[in-house]
Amino acid sequence: MDGIHIDNVSMTFTLPGAADIHALKDVSLEIGAGEIVTVLGPSGCGKTTLLNIIAGFLSPTRGAVRLNGHEVRGPDAERGMVFQQGALFEWLNVERNIAFGPNMAGRPRAETRAKVENLLNLVGLAGFGEKPVYQLSGGMQQRVALARCLANDPDVILMDEPLGALDALTREKMQGLILKLWQETGKTILLITHSVEEALFLGSRLIVMAPRPGRIEKDYRLPFAERGLTQDPREVKSSTDYVERREEILSMIWSMEEEIMAGGTGE
Amino acid sequence: MAENGKRPSALMMWLGLADNAFTRQKTVKFGDASAVNSGRFYSIAVVVVLFTLWTLSSIFGWVEPFFWPPLDGTVERAAKLINEGFRNVALWEHVWISVYRVISGVLLGALVGIPLGFAMGLSSIARGLFDPIVEFMRPIPPLALIPLIILWFGIDETAKIFLLFLASLFIMTIAARSGVSSVKISKVHAAYSLGASRIQILRHVILPNTLPEIFTGIRTAMGVCWGTVVAAELVAADRGVGSMIMIAKNFLQTDTVVIGILIIGAIGYAIEMVMRWLERLLVPWKGKG
Repeated sequence: MDGIHIDNVSMTFTLPGAADIHALKDVSLEIGAGEIVTVLGPSGCGKTTLLNIIAGFLSPTRGAVRLNGHEVRGPDAERGMVFQQGALFEWLNVERNIAFGPNMAGRPRAETRAKVENLLNLVGLAGFGEKPVYQLSGGMQQRVALARCLANDPDVILMDEPLGALDALTREKMQGLILKLWQETGKTILLITHSVEEALFLGSRLIVMAPRPGRIEKDYRLPFAERGLTQDPREVKSSTDYVERREEILSMIWSMEEEIMAGGTGE
Repeated sequence: MAENGKRPSALMMWLGLADNAFTRQKTVKFGDASAVNSGRFYSIAVVVVLFTLWTLSSIFGWVEPFFWPPLDGTVERAAKLINEGFRNVALWEHVWISVYRVISGVLLGALVGIPLGFAMGLSSIARGLFDPIVEFMRPIPPLALIPLIILWFGIDETAKIFLLFLASLFIMTIAARSGVSSVKISKVHAAYSLGASRIQILRHVILPNTLPEIFTGIRTAMGVCWGTVVAAELVAADRGVGSMIMIAKNFLQTDTVVIGILIIGAIGYAIEMVMRWLERLLVPWKGKG
C-alpha cells in the first residue's frame, strides 16, 4: 500500500462576467500509508474541494493526485467516503447498506455476510442488522456509514465532517470509535472538520488551510491521536500541551476569519 | 391519571370527541394543526343526516322523482341492475370496463413516462428535447383532446385507452423526472466510491430513490384517469359507468344516474385507499431520506 501524493494541485472556478475563484492554489501534500490526517480551516479555504479532488469527484485545473502508483481520474473503490449525513440508502436495512460495496462487486454472499457481521460488532451495532436505517439515531447512522465504507476494504478513507451533525456527547464517543478503527484497520484516513478540538484529537497530523487562494498554512505532527488510543480522551484533551496547541490554532483560524470579514466580499 | 379531566375512553378518542392528555393540556389550539383531531363523530353524523333526509323525503314525497329518486325505488333499481344488468350488459361489466381502461391507461403511461422522466432527469439533451412538449401538454385537460382522438382513432377502445395514456403519460414523466432530480448527490457519490458502475447507480440508487415520487405519480394518474374515463364515456361509449349514466339520462332514469354517480364516487375512493395502502407497503422509506 502506498500513500496519497498531492502534487501542485490548483483549482480555479471560472465564471462568465466575474472574477476567477481560486479555491486551491499550488497545494502539495504527501500523506503516508496508515496516517490519520485531519484538515482544518475557515469556510472557503478549499478543504472540501481538496477532498473532492482526492475522491475523484472533481478534476483539478492543474496538478494531480496519485495513489497506488496511478493518477486519480474519478471515484474508485480504493478511496472510500464517509459524508456528514444523508448518504445512507434509506431503502436498504443496516446490513444491506454495509454490504452495498461487496454486493456491487459481486462478492460471494457467505463471505459478505461474515464480513458484515464482523463490522457490526466492530462499530458497536451488533443486533441492529435488520433495522431500517431511518430508525437509527444520527450517531448510529454514522456508525453504519463507517462500516459500509470499511466493508469495501478501501486503501484510503476520506471523511467529510463525519461528526458535524452530531451532538457533543455522541461526537466524543464517535471520535473514540474513529481512532479505534484507525488502529485496528491501519487505513490511511483523511478527515475534514470544523472543530479545532476534533482536528487536534484525531489527527496524528493536522493540516491548517487558509483561504484566498485556498492553500496549506500549517502542517503539524501531533501526539494526541496516539495518546487517545490508550488514555482517557478527557485526560488527553485537558493536558497542557493539547490546550496550548488548541489556543494557538484557534487564534490562527480566528485571525483568518477576521481577514475574511475585513476583505468584505464574503463567500 | 391526569389532574385535568378524566381519562378518555378509546371510543371517544376514535370518534374525535376526546383528546389525548397532551392535546388536552394545550392552551393554544386555534392554529395548531396537530390539535385538530379526526372529528369522526361529525363525519358519521353528516352521513346519517343525509341518509335520513333522503329516507324522509322518499316517504313524504318532498322531491319530484324526476330530480332526485326515492330511496325505495333506487334500492329496487339497484337490485335490478345487479341482477339483470343495464342494456344487456351486466353492471359489474360496466364497472370493470371503466376500471380496466383506467388501469391500462395508467400502466401504458407509466411504461413510457417513467423512462422518459428518467431520461429527462439524467440527460441535458433529453431534457431539452422533451421539455417543451411535456410542459405544453401538461396543462391541457385530457378532455380537450377527445375531439382530436375521435378524429384519429374513431370511438373504439383504442381511442379511450390512448386518451388515458396521454392523461397519465405527462403526470408520470414529471413525477419520474422530479424523483431523479431530487436524488441527493452525496448518495450518488457514496455509491461511486463504493465501486458501483453507472448502471448499478441507476438500478440501486436512482431507481429506489425515485420510487416514492413515482408512486405519488401513479396515485395522481389513477385519480385523474378515473375522472377522465367517466367523462370520456359520457361523450362516446356504449359500455362503462360513464356511458351507463349518460344513456340512463336519455331515458330519464334518474335513479340509475344516481346509482352510477354513487358507484363512480365509491370506486374513486377505493382506488385512492388501495394506492395509499400499497404505498405504505412498498415504499415505507418515503420521506425518511
